[in-house]
Amino acid sequence: MSPYAARIRAIEALLLEKGVLTEPEVQDSIAYMEARSPANGARLVARAWVDEGFEELLLSDAKAAASQLGMEPEHPAEFVVVKNTPGVHNLIVCTLCSCYPRAVLGRPPDWYKSFEYRSRAVREPRAVMREFGFELSEGVEVIVHDSTADVRYMVLPMRPAGTEDLSEEELADLVTRDSLVGVNVPRF
Amino acid sequence: MTFEPGDRVRVLPSAKPGHVRTPGYLKGKSGWIEAMIGEFPNPEELAYGHSGLPERPLYKVGFLQSDLWHDYEGDAEDHLYADVYEHWLEPGEGGTR
Repeated sequence: MSPYAARIRAIEALLLEKGVLTEPEVQDSIAYMEARSPANGARLVARAWVDEGFEELLLSDAKAAASQLGMEPEHPAEFVVVKNTPGVHNLIVCTLCSCYPRAVLGRPPDWYKSFEYRSRAVREPRAVMREFGFELSEGVEVIVHDSTADVRYMVLPMRPAGTEDLSEEELADLVTRDSLVGVNVPRF
Repeated sequence: MTFEPGDRVRVLPSAKPGHVRTPGYLKGKSGWIEAMIGEFPNPEELAYGHSGLPERPLYKVGFLQSDLWHDYEGDAEDHLYADVYEHWLEPGEGGTR
């Protein structure tokens, strides 16, 4: 066990012993995180791709859009979705810690929390994307969103060409977690 | 001091210790107010068990990447948004879109 894991176990044991937390509360919290995953984000994106009205709602009130699909996005922080276009590509980072739309997507990937990603995403976003296997087209502007405070961001990627005949479920399968952060794009 | 979208601002170069939500690489940098996000309890107080009240205005602030990094490699249009509390901002002269 790493020193950090050992410390967390010790803190958890103390909180339980002192009655600050109860075991069911710890289990509820684990269940909350387990119930959320990038699949939620993929469903939001796929619906936006097939339904213009839903896309509008997703971009103006993302929590309402998530609720409409049966998700429970309630969280004190705001939830904002930013849209990629042929001329603009968005990338999300939290340089200070690991802010991420957990209420919808669950836990962030480990690399999202790494010092390397957090420091490089703001300084050389194009190089970071290249390392994820994504080469940005010429002339596309990059916007980095550093979630420094009370807003959690998710990217609405562009629908890949040639997917006109796919069902909403098949479209959702194309949407990867990486594309919701903006280090890559959905491919078909 | 309240700001409107389009206003040029500068992030205070303050070295205030503790749980501040203004990252070091933005301190002293200039940009523009993109939007007002809302008012939230001050995280610098909340983190230490205080109420964080009164709520503080939070702005979405834009910065040209070339204003942040002298050796930035990328398009001149590339920019960055960060969410910055009003008490970290003063009027500035930075680049804008």
